[in-house]
Amino acid sequence: MAAGAIDPAVAANVVTAPAGLGDWLVVLPLVIPVITGAVLVMLRHHTRHHSAISAVGLLALFAADVALLVKVVGGGPAVMAMGAWRPPFGIAFAADVLGTTFATVAAAVALAVAVWSGPTVNTHERRYGFHPFLMLLMTGVTGAFLTGDIFNLYVWFEVLLISSFGLMVLGSEKAQIDATVKYGLLNLMATTVFLIATGLLYATVGTLNMADIAVRIHALPPGAPIVTIATLYLLAFGMKAAGFPLQVWLPASYHTPPAGVSALFAAMLTKVGVYALLKTLVLILPAEGRALSDVTVFVAGATIAVGAVGALAESDLRRICGHLVIAGIGNMLIGVAIADQASITGAVFYAVHSMLVMAGLYLAAGVVEEIAGSGDLRRAGGIAAFDPAFATVFLVLAAAAAGLPPFSGFWPKAMLFEAAAAAGAPGLATLVLVSSLVILTALGRVVLQVLWRGGPEGTPDGATDLRRLTPLPTDERASRLVPVGLLAALSVLIGLMPAPVHDLAAAAARGLLDPAAYAARVLGGAP
Amino acid sequence: MEPLFAILVGAFYAAAVYLLLSRKIVRILIGVALLGNAVNLTLFVAGRLTREAAPLIAPDADVPAGPVANALPQALILTAIVISFSFFAFLLVLAFRAYQDLGTDDVDAMRVAEPVGPGRPPEGY
Repeated sequence: MAAGAIDPAVAANVVTAPAGLGDWLVVLPLVIPVITGAVLVMLRHHTRHHSAISAVGLLALFAADVALLVKVVGGGPAVMAMGAWRPPFGIAFAADVLGTTFATVAAAVALAVAVWSGPTVNTHERRYGFHPFLMLLMTGVTGAFLTGDIFNLYVWFEVLLISSFGLMVLGSEKAQIDATVKYGLLNLMATTVFLIATGLLYATVGTLNMADIAVRIHALPPGAPIVTIATLYLLAFGMKAAGFPLQVWLPASYHTPPAGVSALFAAMLTKVGVYALLKTLVLILPAEGRALSDVTVFVAGATIAVGAVGALAESDLRRICGHLVIAGIGNMLIGVAIADQASITGAVFYAVHSMLVMAGLYLAAGVVEEIAGSGDLRRAGGIAAFDPAFATVFLVLAAAAAGLPPFSGFWPKAMLFEAAAAAGAPGLATLVLVSSLVILTALGRVVLQVLWRGGPEGTPDGATDLRRLTPLPTDERASRLVPVGLLAALSVLIGLMPAPVHDLAAAAARGLLDPAAYAARVLGGAP
Repeated sequence: MEPLFAILVGAFYAAAVYLLLSRKIVRILIGVALLGNAVNLTLFVAGRLTREAAPLIAPDADVPAGPVANALPQALILTAIVISFSFFAFLLVLAFRAYQDLGTDDVDAMRVAEPVGPGRPPEGY
């Protein structure tokens, strides 16, 4: 198109220069899983190559995410406008520190899960199609983290939702079908509420670009129904993130699919909800987020309490993990509730920790189920005597999940405790401490009964009864234990050297609390 | 025109919520379908109801002459219709499969994933 022939008023809204190579980096993390997923679907009759292709694709995705993270940390939010229309008219992908950090950790976890699940998927026909679904799930998750357009956020939510339905029901066991009915209906309702809120927001503000909304929201006449919209967002994403009282679908469904799928869901899906809450209630609707802070403080506290007590009341390992996920979400919601620099930093740090450790814990629970034949605390036992290396890894993950000092869980909990106390919410601060104690009790019981006790319930003290345990097949042992071990090692590493993650989280919090820089970058087009 | 649409959309939402609260899965699914349509109508009204012209631009002009209808909500509705339709189809198949495998269409009676009375967790060592 000849730029001279265009009306100047139109030309101002059109990007006439071709997108630079750096801009393409913003969409590269989306292109990689889509293409890999498509290739996997084409090779559906050659499932034995699936796990290798999937691992290569996820490795490339992780590399692209890291490159984007380096660019975003160094040079501020990266933007790519689609179809040559400058934001707010065109659809923009806008990668900020928050979204890119989450996307990078998600890719790392997905890689661990893909390696872990490799052998099972090849040998069991019933898990046919796992890898294509995994790739499409990663497309949805990455898209949700990187988009700068709120309607596109809805579309990416639906992409990850339909992939997660597929993953959850894969295998068609009765428990899975039952769980998928509840998971599916409730999550579909949550996204529908999200769409209602987005429609109302468009009717009120007249734009769908998040940066543009953040700018225009201050110029609205009084009486605009923004608090209603913020409440609908809280409802929709609270349900996605499994915040009290909308959390019951999570412990009802997360323990039914194969352990690899549980690990993926625990690491990503609820965090996408937390991410969306941070984006909507802190970045684009800050005043309304503050108006709702009484509600969010209550939701955060109740979620922590319900998760911790729930973990204490369960006897199945993976269901205990489900309640731990909920307690972790409560901790992250403190960031949404208080919404200052310290609390959001703590929440983002907690999210990174939780993605790594909860995925590791679910994978470890899967290994326990394979060795002991059951994840029930009454029937499992003797793991420490049977497989000391794996028992050590499990112990590290359990300690990290409880928030003990040398591991990654300690720092975000300390930061959130401090932030809540400083912001005048002593109740929340107390809950962070008390819930850690309760979770430590629940996990202490798991460690005592699954690892230390000589055998299943009824084994006398000091005796060992390892007859019911079956070792992992030798060709699967490495692919099972290495991903779990690496996730545990990452947790130790972050626990010993928290500074890099803390700096990332602090940068993410600054980006959320000061939308001016983000808006200027997105609306200013190509820098 | 907008008050009329508001009443219609409200009636859709009310019927959808009523159906979503029932125990039979087929009724819940009809509620999901109604809810999807209610949302689409909401999006439609979000673009303002006007009798203005289609947003077509004459060959010799850069901008449309005179006020035109907002095409964006229609694009949003189109996306939302496709998505909600595919989800409805998936859930319909899932519901049928659940009825076949679990022998019930009452969501309260589906207790495979969460058995009734699982017993207390082990207490002592």
